[in-house]
Amino acid sequence: MLIHIGCWVCVVQIHFVILINRQGKVRLTKWYSPYTQKERTKVIRELSGLVLNRGPKLCNFVDWRGLKAVYRRYASLYFCMCIDQDDNELEVLEIIHHYVEVLDRYFGSVCELDLIFNFHKAYYILDEILIAGELQESSKKTVARLIAAQDSLVEAAKEQESSISNIIAQATK
Amino acid sequence: MANSSIMDTLFQRSLEDLIKGIRIHSPDASTPISAFLSKAMDEIRKEIKSTDPHTKSTALLKLTYLSSLYGYDMSWAAFHAVEVISYPRFSLKKIGYLSASASFNEDTEVLLLMTNQFRKDLSSPNDFEVSLALQCLSVIGTTDLCRDLCNDLFTLLSSTRSYVKKKAIAVILRVFSKYPDAVRVCFKRLVENLESSDPQAVCSAVGVFCELTLQDPKTYLPLAPEFYRVLLDCRNNWVLIKVLKIFAKLAPLEPRLGRKIVEPICEIMRRTMAKSLLFECIRTVVNGLSDHESAMKLAVSKVKEFLVDDDPNLKYLGLQALSDLTSRHSWAVLENQEAVVKSLSDVDPDIKLASLRLLMAMVSDDNVAEITKVLLNYALKSDPQFCNEILRSILVTCSRNYYEIVFDFDWYVSLLGEMSRIPHCQVGEEIESQLIDIGMRVKDARPELVNVGRDLLIDPALLGNPFLHRILSAAAWVSGEYVEFSRNPIELIEALLQPRTNLLPPSIRAVYIQSAFKILVFFLQSNLWQQDEGASSLIGDRTQGGSSPMIEAQLLEGNSLATYGSMTNSGHRFCAGDSSRSVDENGDEAVARGQPVSLAVSGRETSSQESVVKLLNFIQTAMESLSCSHEVEVQERARNVLGLVQLVKRYVLGCSVLHEENSGKKESETSEIVKLITDLCSEELGPVSVSAQARVPLPDGLTFQEDLSELDTIYHDIQLQPSSFSLGMSRYGDKGFPLTSNGQFKEESESSTKSESLLAEHRQRHGLYYLPSEKDGAASADYPPASGEKVEGDRHDEMNDLVKLTEQSLTVKKKPHRAKPRPIVVKLDEGENFIPTNKLESQNDMLSGAVRDVLLGNEDVSISSYGADPPSKWKGKEKLISDGPLDLRENSVTVESSDIGNPSSRRSKHKAHGKERRQHGHGKNDERREENSRKEKKKSSHHRHSRHKGDGKGGASMAGKAAADAPSDHRKISTVHVRMQVRKK
Repeated sequence: MLIHIGCWVCVVQIHFVILINRQGKVRLTKWYSPYTQKERTKVIRELSGLVLNRGPKLCNFVDWRGLKAVYRRYASLYFCMCIDQDDNELEVLEIIHHYVEVLDRYFGSVCELDLIFNFHKAYYILDEILIAGELQESSKKTVARLIAAQDSLVEAAKEQESSISNIIAQATK
Repeated sequence: MANSSIMDTLFQRSLEDLIKGIRIHSPDASTPISAFLSKAMDEIRKEIKSTDPHTKSTALLKLTYLSSLYGYDMSWAAFHAVEVISYPRFSLKKIGYLSASASFNEDTEVLLLMTNQFRKDLSSPNDFEVSLALQCLSVIGTTDLCRDLCNDLFTLLSSTRSYVKKKAIAVILRVFSKYPDAVRVCFKRLVENLESSDPQAVCSAVGVFCELTLQDPKTYLPLAPEFYRVLLDCRNNWVLIKVLKIFAKLAPLEPRLGRKIVEPICEIMRRTMAKSLLFECIRTVVNGLSDHESAMKLAVSKVKEFLVDDDPNLKYLGLQALSDLTSRHSWAVLENQEAVVKSLSDVDPDIKLASLRLLMAMVSDDNVAEITKVLLNYALKSDPQFCNEILRSILVTCSRNYYEIVFDFDWYVSLLGEMSRIPHCQVGEEIESQLIDIGMRVKDARPELVNVGRDLLIDPALLGNPFLHRILSAAAWVSGEYVEFSRNPIELIEALLQPRTNLLPPSIRAVYIQSAFKILVFFLQSNLWQQDEGASSLIGDRTQGGSSPMIEAQLLEGNSLATYGSMTNSGHRFCAGDSSRSVDENGDEAVARGQPVSLAVSGRETSSQESVVKLLNFIQTAMESLSCSHEVEVQERARNVLGLVQLVKRYVLGCSVLHEENSGKKESETSEIVKLITDLCSEELGPVSVSAQARVPLPDGLTFQEDLSELDTIYHDIQLQPSSFSLGMSRYGDKGFPLTSNGQFKEESESSTKSESLLAEHRQRHGLYYLPSEKDGAASADYPPASGEKVEGDRHDEMNDLVKLTEQSLTVKKKPHRAKPRPIVVKLDEGENFIPTNKLESQNDMLSGAVRDVLLGNEDVSISSYGADPPSKWKGKEKLISDGPLDLRENSVTVESSDIGNPSSRRSKHKAHGKERRQHGHGKNDERREENSRKEKKKSSHHRHSRHKGDGKGGASMAGKAAADAPSDHRKISTVHVRMQVRKK
């Protein structure tokens, strides 16, 4: 029995975010309510079973263990967020769409492969959009700018690191 | 060493390599992917120990990848994550924080090492580093971390860097829930941010207050003016949605608030294009402003648009919104009923379900028969899952509040029978319990119950469907228990002992045998010994001519049953021996079992004896095979029946051969025995109050171990709904329990003391099987053919029928004249509430307590409540706050908050009387609270204890224990909470 701890120990709007593809492969998971590793595996298994089996013309909400899973399919990927029963489902759908649009802008018509190879970047982008299970940035432009700024920070560090002198310094340490 | 390090660096597999490797393995590689992954894990374990930051962080990144997508455990790497976080380089630090927020939890020990690192990063000049720390803290913040970092966050709350500030605000939510005392430090600045000119900060702050308000609306009522301003000024839909959520909670608490916000909300509803915002408006109006007619009308019209929209999401949400309205605004549902009924045939099962629920919510005693009829037809054509959903909701709706909406129980009972015959029916358990429940509660329904039960039992086809076995068991029990209403007991016995019953599970077979036993006893009593009982007075007015046609009719019936002959021993065919089962000329059936029923007319005595002998032979044949059964239940009962059969047979045969005089003594003995058993069976079973167990007095000298926790572990998974009648509990209808106060038991009591003791003994031994075993019914031959002949067009017609029908039944509101008054339904537990109200979560209590303190302006008390050693720097901060110009009360006066919790008077108090007094009061309060909680703790543990004692005394059944246990579980939780609270103090 999975006990949902999240709803009373910590107060969040979105309990977790899961990305799965049509074959049920997980592409990203982010947990805003506390779940143990065991519970996480179970949640993913149950939800992917629920979501993947739904036909195309059905509504985007699934009742699941007293919570509500809001999902949306983009190409081969299902984006799924889990909220409380009495929360606004449409709002969450729009958050999902917002995230996808930002991803799209960042990767340039995003596809599943982008997310597979840049899984950490998908996380960083999600972190700019959601914090503590709440939407924090509603402007796509701002998010893109912030991510670009961080990327350049990382790049600068990498260049320095991979310079020959640095490697020599390392080797002769 | 240096060598190995550089080799590691140069030849380390990067994340990309790892992912590529996994993808190559994916399809059908020679080596399984698990082998590849475990090899990768081995590499990671080695690499992560490297001293080179790059190697280490790459390993950590790979590990994070495997952990979050493939579920590998990475708690062992927590320390490495901390190390990576401590690297100064941003790109590496980022990886460290990523893995920390993915894998750390409350129990991660290395978190203790993180405090300083967090503090350092929070004060970093680089916005992105601060952001990393905040982001991580929002997920993994523990009580300790939140406490220690509270002041750093407080500084960030007024940061000039808006990027950092908005994240800090969002983290405050986590801090408050982990460390409620932070409210005293941070709350005012948080409120300030509601009025900030920075839209990002406002957005974050509203988000935080939205979650806080959902937890405990009352506490945040004084902030209504601030929220109101956001509602008016803000143009950001995301923020508006959150403010609306807040108002949906606040408006019901303060009527004047509703009047104030209703206009702006209607305005938003009219102009907005965003469906999410529109939907939030609708929900706010439905939940918070349902007294405002114009707003309601507008909202309902918007709901209508949702319902007819092609988008299944909107349709679903529209139905949801309607279902919130059913209780108080049924007109809104009536207006949309057509759309609702149509959605019953939607492709989306969720939408179907929602509309079904809505439809059931519209059911009243006037239209219940019509609606269920159509729904039942609909169920026949639906897929199995939805079919059962329909059946279940009908059952639930009709049984609600002791069958409140059912007036005609004959109708309802036959409806239950009809349901059982629907091919997909899997609700056997519910139907079972309702059949029995109605039998016990509604006397007037018993004849029809027996009728329905007979139809079910007699159909051999039903025995093949395992989902119906429980229903059959109920039917069998009902027929046995209320056999006096049966027209033809012999037929029942035949049905109960038909060969196909070997398809039943043993527990249900046992019920069958027990019921056959009861019927046999009843039959014997009424056939053989009636005239000895002085019932002869009754015979007087029965003419021979009157009874013989009836007997003939029954003979015919007996012949028609000859089909059974093939399965029964063909030698035994029973023709109506039951001339005795008397329906007398008035059609007035003898009602109570104890009452002498009908008598074999003396001229008929011989033939009745013959039939008895035949019956006995039949039973004997059937039982003999069963008496060798491997199931003890079945075997023991079969032997009991056999014993009785042999006893009676000896008497009957002796009777016919010998002269009556000679057998006189024997006869009286045998008849005495049968009479005793009859009395025993005629004891009426009534419903048992859920509190029955608790009323059992504790015997003296009964002691238990102190710690009964192992009982909890044994029974914790047995769930019982405390409010409903559990069938298992009716076993306690035992004489040993002081239940006579129920009135049910007073009615009998004519039985002799002798039979009472016999009864007690019997029930004690076999009581266990009385109720739970009664669930199977047999069915009549017309097992419904699987649907499927009907085509889609039919369905459409059906739909229209339903639309029309609901239209009629919902609009015609006048009460039809009822031919007969509603029968009495026995209720026992009204007004008693057995579910202890769950305690509020203590964290929340503390949080709202703290918020209230701050809102009411006595934040200075907090210092005193810390005792002698508050961190000295906090004092400084506190002063800073109270000196600041930000008394939010001042702002709030502008809007009508003066009457909200009477803050103005409190404010003046605050200013006039200084702090000492309040401080004192607060301290006292704290004390009292603590005392209360301690008391409560004591009480609750006491309760638990006594419950268990009660259990032990009952010494009886699992069900009883579980029933008593359920409440005590609640208590346990509350005890834990109380303890937590006490410790926190």
